[in-house]
Amino acid sequence: MANLSINGKAFNLDVEPDTPLLWAIRENAGLTGTKYGCGIAQCGACTVHIDGTAVRSCGMTVGEAAGKEITTIEGLAAGGALHKVQQAWIDNDVPQCGYCQSGMIMAVAALLKDNPKPTDADIDGAITNICRCGTFQQVREAIHAAATA
Amino acid sequence: MNKHIAAPRVSRRAFVIGTAAAGAGLALGLDLPFGGPAVVRAADGSPEVNAWVVIRPDDTVVIRIARSEMGQGSLTGLAQLVAEELECDWSKVTTEYPTPGQSVARKRAWGDFSTGGSRGIRTSQDYVRKGGAIARTMLVQAAANDWNVPASECTAANSVITHTPSGKTTTYGKVAEAAAKLEPPADVKLKDPKDWKIAGKPLKRLDTPDKVTGAMTYGIDVKLPGMLNAAIKDCPVFGGKLKSFDEAKITGMKGVKKVVRVNDSAVAVVADTWWHAKTALDALPIVWDEGENAKVSSASIAKWLAEGLDNAQPAFVGNQNGDAKGTIAGAAKTIEAVYNYPYQNHATMEPLNATALYTADRCEVWCGTQNGEAAFAAVLEASGLPADKCDVHKQILGGGFGRRGQTDYIRQAVAIAKQMPGTPIKLLWSREEDMQHGMYHPVTQCKLTGAFDADNNLTALHVRLSGQSILFALRPAALVNGMDPAAFQGLAATGEAAIGYSVPNLLVEHAMRNPHVPPGFWRGVNVNHNAIYLECFMDELAHATGQDPLAFRRKLMGQHPKHLAVLNAVAEKIGWDKPAPKGVYRGIAQHMGYASYVAGAAEISVTDGNKIKVHRIVAATDPGYAVNPAQIERQIAGSFVYGLSGLFYGGCTVKDGRIEQANFDTYNSMRIAEMPKVESIVMPSGGFWGGVGEPTICVAGPAVLNAYFAATGKRIRSVPLRDQNITFA
Repeated sequence: MANLSINGKAFNLDVEPDTPLLWAIRENAGLTGTKYGCGIAQCGACTVHIDGTAVRSCGMTVGEAAGKEITTIEGLAAGGALHKVQQAWIDNDVPQCGYCQSGMIMAVAALLKDNPKPTDADIDGAITNICRCGTFQQVREAIHAAATA
Repeated sequence: MNKHIAAPRVSRRAFVIGTAAAGAGLALGLDLPFGGPAVVRAADGSPEVNAWVVIRPDDTVVIRIARSEMGQGSLTGLAQLVAEELECDWSKVTTEYPTPGQSVARKRAWGDFSTGGSRGIRTSQDYVRKGGAIARTMLVQAAANDWNVPASECTAANSVITHTPSGKTTTYGKVAEAAAKLEPPADVKLKDPKDWKIAGKPLKRLDTPDKVTGAMTYGIDVKLPGMLNAAIKDCPVFGGKLKSFDEAKITGMKGVKKVVRVNDSAVAVVADTWWHAKTALDALPIVWDEGENAKVSSASIAKWLAEGLDNAQPAFVGNQNGDAKGTIAGAAKTIEAVYNYPYQNHATMEPLNATALYTADRCEVWCGTQNGEAAFAAVLEASGLPADKCDVHKQILGGGFGRRGQTDYIRQAVAIAKQMPGTPIKLLWSREEDMQHGMYHPVTQCKLTGAFDADNNLTALHVRLSGQSILFALRPAALVNGMDPAAFQGLAATGEAAIGYSVPNLLVEHAMRNPHVPPGFWRGVNVNHNAIYLECFMDELAHATGQDPLAFRRKLMGQHPKHLAVLNAVAEKIGWDKPAPKGVYRGIAQHMGYASYVAGAAEISVTDGNKIKVHRIVAATDPGYAVNPAQIERQIAGSFVYGLSGLFYGGCTVKDGRIEQANFDTYNSMRIAEMPKVESIVMPSGGFWGGVGEPTICVAGPAVLNAYFAATGKRIRSVPLRDQNITFA
């Protein structure tokens, strides 16, 4: 059993402590917005926030996440209003297939928290998620739009 | 999205669906009903005006989309085409997928579901626009009947019908019930695209909001009551078999419910969660019968293909005029070069998966598929049940790129579910399984020979391809006397993938060599390598004779004005006739595929001879008509990320009969830092319908490679660049 705090809610999950957090979120907590892409922390599709920091949840175990505040894409919108990154994603029509975008949005939201006005170079350094549809042009535009929102 | 339509009464007609149909869509007649006196109702009871259009009392317009949405945007584009003719309020439009089972039961009411070959819009635009126009005509007629006035005195706009003389108005929602009972008009006139108000505009996609909140349900997210999860391993050597596995070694592992043989080459573990299933599968001792293919390597394949470049070996002739071989033999000057392009994995972000529920008299599958009807046929075949006992519930795809046009993963899911009747089984491939059991971009080599006269005019061109045929493996019925016509994409004499040059003596041939690695349709398909071969070689020919690469091409393109127009467009935008910034070098390329004309130009700089920074890419496409220019721009830029990832980082290699790369650490993909802004020119010239999702992909590679030559004087003829220690700066 593991006690996890996800999106401000306490979950008591029947899961072994060495289970990757990704799978506990998806299969035990039932929050499927966080995606499986590689399982080796390469692609970033599973990015969540751990105490406000972007983390690839496939590379962290449930045991390591216990006691920390976990935020998934489902918890990003606060008080019913979309996060400014989500809104910028809609305004700039960013997603294509959309599968990687939960992780992309979580990575960008964490970037903007630490660096509210990132330069292109800052974006290049911080955003390393894979998008096979190739939405990077719109991602970049939307990051700048969110930064000025 | 993803709301399913209430099942209509199933026709008594018998459906015979053969194995061949599974690969190419069902070979049934297309009989499109456009409505009629018997009202068919959607799941919520709203009337269908016809198969394409349901209108709810609150004026919501539900447009049915048969093609699959995998990111390419045709869900929105097709809705735009229907809405344009329907004259409805775009803000009230929503969409839903009919199921393939419903379509078959209604004489294929929604036509072809297949979503590949950049056909989603271009081969359904005619009948979906008619569907919208017929529905509009019926709605207007219903209002006219209600008012007892001639329909000719009524107009429709924004879902409102107006009787012009009296000024009376009503809405679609109010007359839909009556409209659904009318006979559809026999014929309707479609709008001239010049008059489009919804189509042709850069409207936002309809499917975005759920993709930014995590609410969108992909196949991997399907949840059914009592569902179990399966992880699978197929024989790592293609064509090998499963010999045995030691189930006792994992008995008692947490969550494990069952270990099952899947067909003759795979084993799956079924557990409460997928993580438990995968953990147990990794611990399961498995013995494979790898067979003869275990001796095959990339080197042995390359050697076999190289032998096919020998002119003495047999080859299929795909395009020929004059006497290329004779002209080359007697030429004042000849240039020859050999190129190659490797296997590539699709690597969709969402690994392959399908959820199947099998009972004694029914089989249903939930999955992302690019071909709903092929998926349906696969379910029939794998379950052994008839068409009226099966269905496929299509989910939004987490990427397709051609991979999800195949049905291997669906057959596996049904094969597992059959061994656990009554329990829904979600089969998910690990990324490693996905990387190592792909349907790979085919491997090819190409020898090109050009001949010049004393005045440096190109007198002959001989293009000799050697390598794998996709159609041979997947659609043998499409071979023409053994020849794969698709192998000549972009090199054909005429048609939707015609060469853009007139050469007095031309020979294009293909020595077909089919290794055991299964090939598939990988975004762009054969244009990826053919464009590199031809367009880099054209660059070689120009440089070898001291000619400007653009001017050299233009001389040969007088008979190909549409090819030339896109080439000129990128040349102008990149500033070909002006010097590039210091340290920056340019390359250019053009091609044709999927009935669209495409060109690209790149500006790059190179440091240390092997680190490439791409500063600019300019691209042009003429797809005939542009249904949503904003989405076309996204397809161009996105396809370049896919194509350049394959060029720089890709390449799947074969060792001991299996693919070596297993995840993104060894099969990498471009990141945002490596991709420049793409400056797109969408220049539809009208009169034909070309594709969008794939054609442009092929010009970025040769444009960058030609720029690399301009920068370094070194010609790259082998893909991927990582094998030559060349990477992004």
